[in-house]
Amino acid sequence: MAVVSPATGELAAAGAPARRKAAPLWGQFAILIVIMLICVFPFYWMVTTSLKTQIVALEAPPVWIFEPTLANYREALFEDGVLRTLVNSLIIAVCTTALALVLGVPAAFALARFEFRGKRDLWFWFITNRMVSPIVLALPFFLIARNLGLLDKHITLILIYLTFNLPIVIWIVTDQFRGIPYDLDEAARLEGASQFTIMRRICLPLAMPGVAVSAIFSFIFSWNELMFGLILTRTEAKTAPAMAVSFMEGYNLPYGKIMATSTLIVIPVLIFALIASKQLVRGLTMGAVK
Amino acid sequence: MRGKVARKTIFAFIGPAVIGLAAVGIAPLVYALWTSLHFYNLTKLKRVEFIGLENYWTVLTDEVFWQAMGRTFFLLGTALPLQIAFGLGIALVLHQPGLTLLKTLARLSLVLPMATTYAVVGLLGQVMFNQKFGVVNQLLGGADINWIGDPTNAFAMIIFWDVWQWTPFVALVLLAGLTMVPGEVEEAARLETKSKWTVLRYVQLPFLLPGLVAVLILRTADTLKLFDMVFTLTRGGPGSSTEFISLMIQRVGFRGFDQGLASAQAIILLIITIVLAQIYIRVFYKEVN
Repeated sequence: MAVVSPATGELAAAGAPARRKAAPLWGQFAILIVIMLICVFPFYWMVTTSLKTQIVALEAPPVWIFEPTLANYREALFEDGVLRTLVNSLIIAVCTTALALVLGVPAAFALARFEFRGKRDLWFWFITNRMVSPIVLALPFFLIARNLGLLDKHITLILIYLTFNLPIVIWIVTDQFRGIPYDLDEAARLEGASQFTIMRRICLPLAMPGVAVSAIFSFIFSWNELMFGLILTRTEAKTAPAMAVSFMEGYNLPYGKIMATSTLIVIPVLIFALIASKQLVRGLTMGAVK
Repeated sequence: MRGKVARKTIFAFIGPAVIGLAAVGIAPLVYALWTSLHFYNLTKLKRVEFIGLENYWTVLTDEVFWQAMGRTFFLLGTALPLQIAFGLGIALVLHQPGLTLLKTLARLSLVLPMATTYAVVGLLGQVMFNQKFGVVNQLLGGADINWIGDPTNAFAMIIFWDVWQWTPFVALVLLAGLTMVPGEVEEAARLETKSKWTVLRYVQLPFLLPGLVAVLILRTADTLKLFDMVFTLTRGGPGSSTEFISLMIQRVGFRGFDQGLASAQAIILLIITIVLAQIYIRVFYKEVN
């Protein structure tokens, strides 16, 4: 794949798109189109399937042209209770994100601005949380939640999602705080401002882009999460992905409804991901790649 | 240049986060450690008893556990090279000059698979790979392949979705590396040689290494974590052909109800993860720096 080269390739300066050659770059063009098709096709199939009636959805071979219907959405949302699970997911994702920011932003400020012993170890610990398999936490957390009567409660998921949201927030926001010139702090301190005032009044407004990106990540990860939702909730706090999975039981699967629910789950994350697309790689690698 | 700050102030800033993360991230681990030393079955809670390291011994000598571990690394070993090969190809195409608008669109569409809810990927797999009315068999010219019910095909399908979802990630990481190459250096190299391979190997590769290391570490961690997509797609089946390590622990703990044994498995998985992360960071970051 790597060798498809337009004839003009080695003459054109890399990274200088302004100096474009007139010759059409057919190879590159074709590859880009194929990449886009492969990325987008599953979504196309998901949305079209969600607009099919069960009879159309089960036609073999599958049909591409049919009369679309919104019945699946209506049934899923209002009769099967998908709406409530979406609301649950929203409550949980928003609350855990807010909590991660409240706890994480001051910690990020301390990591960026203060010198203290054990800082590197603390750092390493925050990062290792990104590596730990959630199943390792899911077993004990289930037992603890059961003993404390916290199963099927929003707060349980809000808290356990901190295990991945807090490290993300700390990582991204620390990076952002580091980029803010220290002179500003210095000037404010001479005026007699406390560290907290410096953070809130001076650094935080400047760090807002990083805070926003980390919030988007935290939201996406929480919204997407399935395993904890499956294990720690039953009905009251059931999340949307857990709901989508529960359609999978039984013999004759309601494919249209499953795809309608999937579409409702995926659309908000795709919008957020596109908004944060420039920072997505940085967030997913926890800053390892700029 | 940085002023010393009072201990109390430092703690006020960082304490809540540390305490919070310890409460949800470490306390459960301590509890898992305790559980793993006991006979602890959810259906026989009357007789929870201390049995020392017996659960660990059971796990370490358990063929099923190591098979699941082997399967997990087999998935990593097949999917990751594909992701790196395709990802590098895509990154190089996106790095070429020209077609600015189309490249922007391609980059945006690359973002979509990465952000997709893992559970939804599994559900999509169920619909698209269905033997009778799945679109994949139709696109393969009306093939009659049983994807979900056949061990080898189910595994191939898991590889497909893993590659679909994470090749864009690898591509964008590597693209970030390519753009770090100073323009003059790359231009000078291109004047020296016509061979794309030489430029890649001697000019671009050093800038790609940090990204490749990050990809290797994160893909390893994520494969050990892999649960949602496989659970919704195959539930580890048919048989145990796609039962990766996280699924297996979940089965033992929540469908077999043996929390003691599952906790021991989880602790061993945690140790393997930490050791691997340490090895990777020590070995590779030294190489890179």
